[in-house]
Amino acid sequence: MINEASLPLAFEPGDWTLPSPRKAAIVSLILTETTLFSIFVAAYLFYIGKSLTGPTPREVLETPIIPTICLLSSSVTIMLAERALRRENRGRFQLWWLITILLAAAFIGATAIEWHRLITVHHLTISTNLFGTTFYSLVGLHATHVIVGMCLLTLVLVFSLRGLVTPLQHERIQMVSWYWHFVDAIWVIVFTVVYVIGR
Amino acid sequence: MATQEITIPVDRALGSSFVDRLHGLVVTVDHKKLGLMYIGTALGFLVVAGLMAVAIRLQLIIPNNTFLEPDVFNRFFTMHGTSMVFLVGMPIIAGFGNYLVPLMIGTRDMAFPRLNAFGYWMFLFGGLLLYFSYLGSPGLAGHGSAPDVGWFAYAPLTSRAFSRGTSTDYWILSLMLTSIGSTVSAINIIATIIALRCPGMKLMRMPLLVWLMLVTNFMILLALPGLSGAQIMLLIDRYLGAHFFDTQAGGSAVIWQHFFWIFGHPEVYILMIPAFACLSEIVPVFSRKPIFGYPIMVGATAMIGLISMSVWAHHMFTVGMTSVGNTFFAISTFLVGIPTGIKIFNWLGTMYGGKIRFDVPMLFCIGFLFQFLIAGLTGVMLAVAPFNWQLTDSYFVVAHFHYTLVGAFLFGIFAGFYYWYPKAVGRMLDRRLGLWHFWLFAIGFHLTFDTEHFAGLLGMPRRIFTYDAGRGWDTLNLIATVGALVQATAVLLLAINIVRSVKKGDPAGNDPWDAWTLEWSTTSPPPDYNFATIPTVRSRRPLWDLKHPEDPDWKYE
Repeated sequence: MINEASLPLAFEPGDWTLPSPRKAAIVSLILTETTLFSIFVAAYLFYIGKSLTGPTPREVLETPIIPTICLLSSSVTIMLAERALRRENRGRFQLWWLITILLAAAFIGATAIEWHRLITVHHLTISTNLFGTTFYSLVGLHATHVIVGMCLLTLVLVFSLRGLVTPLQHERIQMVSWYWHFVDAIWVIVFTVVYVIGR
Repeated sequence: MATQEITIPVDRALGSSFVDRLHGLVVTVDHKKLGLMYIGTALGFLVVAGLMAVAIRLQLIIPNNTFLEPDVFNRFFTMHGTSMVFLVGMPIIAGFGNYLVPLMIGTRDMAFPRLNAFGYWMFLFGGLLLYFSYLGSPGLAGHGSAPDVGWFAYAPLTSRAFSRGTSTDYWILSLMLTSIGSTVSAINIIATIIALRCPGMKLMRMPLLVWLMLVTNFMILLALPGLSGAQIMLLIDRYLGAHFFDTQAGGSAVIWQHFFWIFGHPEVYILMIPAFACLSEIVPVFSRKPIFGYPIMVGATAMIGLISMSVWAHHMFTVGMTSVGNTFFAISTFLVGIPTGIKIFNWLGTMYGGKIRFDVPMLFCIGFLFQFLIAGLTGVMLAVAPFNWQLTDSYFVVAHFHYTLVGAFLFGIFAGFYYWYPKAVGRMLDRRLGLWHFWLFAIGFHLTFDTEHFAGLLGMPRRIFTYDAGRGWDTLNLIATVGALVQATAVLLLAINIVRSVKKGDPAGNDPWDAWTLEWSTTSPPPDYNFATIPTVRSRRPLWDLKHPEDPDWKYE
């Protein structure tokens, strides 16, 4: 038996370039994640004002301005880090990358403080009423994504400190940053729904 | 591009004992092996879930039968539906996509081989977890064993008060695992199609199967999170005391239906499009003509994908939506008839004037055409809201969706089995057994599901475990059960054929059907690297160009 692919085929000269598989995959992932979020956003919007008991969003929610600024500016710092990597400036890359992680940590810390206050002071838990149910699920789903993003970011930082991240890996780093931009963009929607429309 | 001779010794496997081969399957990242593992596992689940269907039919063979207890009956129809959709339909799609897409677009593997293996194992363990509920569920709370809430698990039936024990949790968690598997497999196939086509394989030169796989996998990405999201909410409801579907705390049971069917209706098309894909490859080859209306086929598929996202509430005409809602979903459902009609006419147009070879794959395709047409017509009937009020949750609905999923989906997939089996194994499936399989299956199918339409019209509700004599359903149910046994026999013949032909089938050669797409240019079965030289293509039928250099397609495209 000939174990070899045989037939040669007509050859067409000329350049043949296709999009990178990584980009196609990360865009697909973002697409499906967006759909997941839209289900939770739809549930949140549907249940606004349908709680039978308090507390209501107007009574207990405070607009998280500073955490929002932290999270959104981390999109800028990760871009700066990426640019530094492309210019082969490793020190600057690591610095901006670390700042991105710290900004994300600040955001998560603020969420933790907010939840602690809601639970202990206002006695709002996920089972208190529909507001609690939808609030903790939607914000929690987003926070989960932030934490996953932070794990990825930290992994990259560890790799970089061990000298494993070179401009050759630029596209991989870029994919992490695309995911991070997605997490930030989703926060804009969650913020609008929960803290603007929902109050 | 320099052509390099690659010679690989034939017997280079480290060993061929059972353990060695098993180890090979566990560690493999090869798209062909994984594709066959997907299909093989799916066939295993098909047999299990099919036997459940036979048991259900045996219980209904005569009035007041006591073959199955009512609670066992409930578990059987739940497990039958859930398995057929998530453990048979979805992995068969993934299997066909995995096996065929890289071969058809002329590349050596998927974009992410390890992710591919991960997807398979998630699917397998998700499926095993679902069936483990039979053992694992009674142990904890003593309530129930396998899930018994129906495959769409309507709230509030799934709340803790009504579904005690852990059977519903097994349903949730196992489907989440298989959903993760389906999602990563969809991402992988999309990335492969977008990024790894061989030189010259422009989008509009891809075989239609590849196009349809692209659309169906995009639909998986857009539809599956609806189910996963709703299941996360249900899990939070059940374990953290949240109120998403808890009507006593202001929650809504109807929103579960919306979320489920936002996933559930596109899911039907996710399953159907790969069957369309098989037809779009097989009908031209067996009619000896290129596909009629290639760009229209691509457009119609994309249109089905788009429209199917906005028809979900036609499953919910009886829950009390507004007239505007009913009208919207009735009209959008009618609209799906247009692109599907276009497809049927294109396949007929391909056959028209062709030199048709009535081989087994083609017979299944022709069966598909008849049955899919009837399935579409009853679908349009059910889309008429007032008609639907009368017949919803009756055997008419059961007959309708089995016409699509058995009469169309399964016929298309069976056609695919007979068509690509020689490529995957290197030997032909036996033609005589294949003809027996086709005719027995077609006859059994019509015995079962034609009669169920009438049982439904006479008022027989679905999911009842028994019925009284003298309602006019007795004979119809008897015929339906006989038909189910005939279908089971036919599937047994397929199983025998598949196993027997591995060793005893006629050698297939590279290109047994005189076909035109790239997978037939390599050996059967293809080597690990698929193509020694990455091919280049200039038209939609590269092998036609190769076989007919005097009259190649690229001159006219």
